[in-house]
Amino acid sequence: MRIIFYILQKEFRQIFRDKVMLPIILVMPMVQLLILSYTATFELKNTRISIIDHDRSQTSRDLVSKFSGSSFFSLISYESTYERGMEMIKEGKTDQLLIIEPGLEKKLGRGEKAGVMLITNAINGSAASLMNAYASSIVSDFNKLLVAETMPGIHSSGSLKTETRHWYNPRLNYQTYMVPGILVLLVTLIGMFLSGMNIVKEKELGTIEQINVTPIKKYQFMIGKLLPFWIIALFELLVGLVIARLVFGIAVEGSVALLIGTASVYLLVVLGIGILVSTVTDTMQQAMFISWFFIVIFILMSGLFTPVESMPLWAQRVNSLNPVAYFIQINRMIMLKGSGFNDISEHFYALVVYAIVMLTIAVSRYRKVA
Amino acid sequence: MQTAEIRIEHLFKSYQNIVALNDINLEIRQGELFGFIGPDGAGKTTLFRILSSLMIPDKGKASMMGLDVVANYKEIRKKIGYMPGRFSLYQDLTVEENLRFFAGVHGASIEDNYHLIKDIYSQIEPFKDRPSGKLSGGMKQKLALSCALIHRPKVLLLDEPTTGVDAVSRQEFWAMLKKLREAGLTILVSTPYMDEASLCDRVALIQKGTIMDVATPDSMIAQFGFPLISVRSSKMNLLLDDLKSLAETKMAYRFGDAVHGIMELDNKKMLIEALLNKGHEKIECETITPTIEDCFLLLMQTKDE
Repeated sequence: MRIIFYILQKEFRQIFRDKVMLPIILVMPMVQLLILSYTATFELKNTRISIIDHDRSQTSRDLVSKFSGSSFFSLISYESTYERGMEMIKEGKTDQLLIIEPGLEKKLGRGEKAGVMLITNAINGSAASLMNAYASSIVSDFNKLLVAETMPGIHSSGSLKTETRHWYNPRLNYQTYMVPGILVLLVTLIGMFLSGMNIVKEKELGTIEQINVTPIKKYQFMIGKLLPFWIIALFELLVGLVIARLVFGIAVEGSVALLIGTASVYLLVVLGIGILVSTVTDTMQQAMFISWFFIVIFILMSGLFTPVESMPLWAQRVNSLNPVAYFIQINRMIMLKGSGFNDISEHFYALVVYAIVMLTIAVSRYRKVA
Repeated sequence: MQTAEIRIEHLFKSYQNIVALNDINLEIRQGELFGFIGPDGAGKTTLFRILSSLMIPDKGKASMMGLDVVANYKEIRKKIGYMPGRFSLYQDLTVEENLRFFAGVHGASIEDNYHLIKDIYSQIEPFKDRPSGKLSGGMKQKLALSCALIHRPKVLLLDEPTTGVDAVSRQEFWAMLKKLREAGLTILVSTPYMDEASLCDRVALIQKGTIMDVATPDSMIAQFGFPLISVRSSKMNLLLDDLKSLAETKMAYRFGDAVHGIMELDNKKMLIEALLNKGHEKIECETITPTIEDCFLLLMQTKDE
């Protein structure tokens, strides 16, 4: 025990003495939380739309007014021809074109079919499908209205009406969804990079030589290396939760103790991976790139930005090895749904197994002799 | 009768296809100040790393204090003090913090063992709150030695402790080693500086992974076996080649500002005449006592033959 104390004392001294790293460790994650939570959003507001109205009738004007009245769309311009409209899209001045064919009102009046065309700039696929969905729903609402006006008898017969309620995030606030995920991201970055750089740094400076020749046991050394970053990362999670509450008004619905408990197991996984990287590499540069490789894959596949369910099946299987995915789910469940231990137990045990495996490999890979 | 404190038998180690140690055999007695003398790349560091249990030999055995360096490495690590060639203390920790850390992880305390390091540490104690990275080279060595001593080791392994240290600090350092030996420590020290050999009780001359000779510095010099002359003349640039061309010269090489010649015969008159014939003037020629460096060069030559 006393040996571990001496190692811990040394590690903390080194961390708190580093005038460059300390602010990075403490301030950077908070800044990231504040910035990313505001910017990582898929909410669509102010989609720019241009109208090409070849009909110029009361009906077409009514349709256009539905678009201009919607908060999702801002009407940029009226264009006279299709070519002019495409020009606007190419130049990036508008996102969507609504083209109303000539004789729309007349055709409708005769009970014939009439059409409008929507053209969407789909370079950003997910944004485009959202724009389309919004626009289509406006058109179909308008259609129902038309039917009701022109043929009142038909409408009075029964039809299905959908009433939508959004649970756990009633106002579909993106921050509510993103903040728990970004919190996970931050503790992951801190844990993996700091632990990944640490042992390899001693290798690069040659100090490991002097450590190895002492009677320090492997597990003592590992605990001495892991514990400081484990404490720092948990501390940052707590500060992050406070920021979530005060700045974004997101309180933890479930038990904070459960959240911290799972976080502490999760951190063992992350730190174990970091330490493993550190023991198999010889320079900080190698360690940096390997850690980066895993972090990018883990995060992009984690469901932080895109839902795991829409990934191909093989990717979902690979994801069962992704600790970040587990913890993002756990974190969202506890923070937003107020889930208890029974709800998350499967993920929790997966993390426990993962932690044991990673730490065992890391400790056994660390050799005190060459 | 003294038993061997350190015993090395048929030790081999190679890296890929470079042979670092080639059949090393050696016995070192308790309380000896033993020097390994050889140029860079001779295998000194490899040998020290094996003895300090940081590296496993390919073949052969080595034991210290009766403990095998591979099988009993845990015991050995408690009983040795190792100072790597590269400064390996924490540069961002202060002098005192480093010392406390290394005492702590060995389960020792500075207060209990202060008498061991007092002479050395007292010189750097005024700077005890300075980060060790900001110390001068000589002070860094003193701190590293203090840290290697703080847990009261029985054997001290010092890998090139004086490389890159100024002449005054080197002298001080050797004076400290003498004192430590008097306290009963077995000290192994490696150095590329031949002039430090005479400060050891015994030395091993090591080159290309093999030990060429092991003896006390005095007997090594006594066994030189050939007359050695030091020559200077007006045409120093031609002197080496002219000396080499003489039939009675076994070997010739530059040494400081003179040329040393290892001769088959001790006949200075003939030599001076021969050099005069080759157009040299102001010839100064004297028979001298060989240094360890002369021994080393002669041994290298005979090995190659």
